[in-house]
Amino acid sequence: MIAWLANPRTGGLLVLAAIIAVLPLALPNNFYFDVAVRAGLNAIVCVGLNLLIGYAGQISLGHAGFLGLGAYASAVLTAHYGWNPYAAMGVGAIAVGVLAFAVGRPILRLRGHYLAMATLGLGIIISIAANTEDDYTGGPDGMTVPPLTVFGTELYGERIWYWIVGALVVVSVWLALNLVASPVGRALRSVHGSEVAAEVSGVDTARYKVLVFVISAVFASVAGSLGAHYGGFITPVDVGFIKSIELVTMVVLGGMASTYGAVVGAAILTALPQVLTWLQDYEHLAFGLILMLVMIFMPRGLIPSLGSAFRHLFIDRPETQST
Amino acid sequence: MTALAVEALSKEFGGVHAVADLSFAVTPGTIHSIIGPNGAGKTTLFNLITGLYRPTAGRIVLDGENVAGLAPYKLAAKGLSRTFQNLQIFFNMTALENVLVGMHLRLDRRLAPAVLRLAGARRREAQARDEAAELLRFVGLGDYVTADSASMPYGALKRLEIARALALRPRLLLLDEPAAGLNINETAEIDELIRKIGETGVTVVLVEHDMRLVMGISDHILVLDNGRKLGEGNAEQVRADPKVIAAYLGAAALGRNDAAKGG
Repeated sequence: MIAWLANPRTGGLLVLAAIIAVLPLALPNNFYFDVAVRAGLNAIVCVGLNLLIGYAGQISLGHAGFLGLGAYASAVLTAHYGWNPYAAMGVGAIAVGVLAFAVGRPILRLRGHYLAMATLGLGIIISIAANTEDDYTGGPDGMTVPPLTVFGTELYGERIWYWIVGALVVVSVWLALNLVASPVGRALRSVHGSEVAAEVSGVDTARYKVLVFVISAVFASVAGSLGAHYGGFITPVDVGFIKSIELVTMVVLGGMASTYGAVVGAAILTALPQVLTWLQDYEHLAFGLILMLVMIFMPRGLIPSLGSAFRHLFIDRPETQST
Repeated sequence: MTALAVEALSKEFGGVHAVADLSFAVTPGTIHSIIGPNGAGKTTLFNLITGLYRPTAGRIVLDGENVAGLAPYKLAAKGLSRTFQNLQIFFNMTALENVLVGMHLRLDRRLAPAVLRLAGARRREAQARDEAAELLRFVGLGDYVTADSASMPYGALKRLEIARALALRPRLLLLDEPAAGLNINETAEIDELIRKIGETGVTVVLVEHDMRLVMGISDHILVLDNGRKLGEGNAEQVRADPKVIAAYLGAAALGRNDAAKGG
């Protein structure tokens, strides 16, 4: 039991589930539930994005585009064509996976940060399409999205969505942790560690980079679909370039190559603007300052830095470093 | 029967012949050393054999098949493994995980059982970890099984690379200066380790500057200079070869070379 708790995978997952279960006691009204749901949806995207950025060392500046494709696939297919929302979500996710493969396959054969440039362009194209294809998307004004239904019941309200998204966050974290600790996950991390050594160890680095890119895009697509149904309304701004940057910032702030860090980063960056509203005109200034200070004093991100500080204080202390 | 045959191999970098019209063969189950002054083309040769460079001309024959220009991961699947002169450790992983990456081709690489952590995947993972820990002990890193590779000393990292390369269960192992930067005791331990690896039946190709190590351990020695073969044979023959003495060892006697190394 103790070993089970001390293991970062099982123990951390239990702590995460407990926090999600207890958090509603501290949320005074629906506004806070709404923030929590949005934080959860961002967390799902970031858990996937962290597999790409944190573990495989590849940067995407267009993940809001994948999120947007999922969101608009759900919105357009259910609103205009009367599709079942789950079918729409599935088709959206498959389409995003295929697109990510088509973009990633030629680019990820190259070493270096070409993916960042390609995804930047892709994200912008998707955002332009959302703005201009107003017959389908409603253009810049956005469009309404029908609610998700479970056994014929429409899902409305922040509280019910809190539990759905909360459960999905736990599931995403579990899947990501399993992946990271598997031969596939180690292959991804080896690409980040040393691409040359990975290749001579038998890792087809191009293939694994494409694989993780597709996985992270599908995470974003599913979260986008869910967010569209939850909010009931989407606009191109929700899926634009700024959103892509926000997602990357969440991953970096929480801590690269830390699945829990991705969740914490998403939660903090979603909640922080709400917490800082009392600063009024200085809100953005304070927001930027907090980000800068964290990155200056904890360059590895919150969770890895705090984790090693914790270990240093409580676990490694009796040992004296010989070097 | 040869484990590896290099035939008329050349590699040019913008007019510079790093390897020029080089041919040699490696007998299975032997320790085959490649020596030569700095810039002789030893590491280039390794990079050609392991697919990191594409040859300008010539053939690299592995078990009867020309593998020149094949991607490194495909060569790994054919039982070719190597270490690096300048360490290529996965510093974002533990020592054990580094070895597990070396076992990549022998592990279950399907996505679904991994992300769902099915019972079979858990069992195979536990077995793989046991085997990786066993390999770490084999190379003398029993104390570092749970260590983060980033916190390990240099000498241990050299062995970690060997453990990772062995994890592939190679038929042909290329070691690029395994003793570089090591003190005399550590070098003796590496000497011991390479002998142990040779005894398991793995064919070893060794690039090394430490002459005492090379002369003592090698079944066959190939001497390179300016990308060309200067001479080859066993330790006695190479020592006695006037061309080798003139171009590589210089006027200094081997004994004095060794004394300098030890001091």
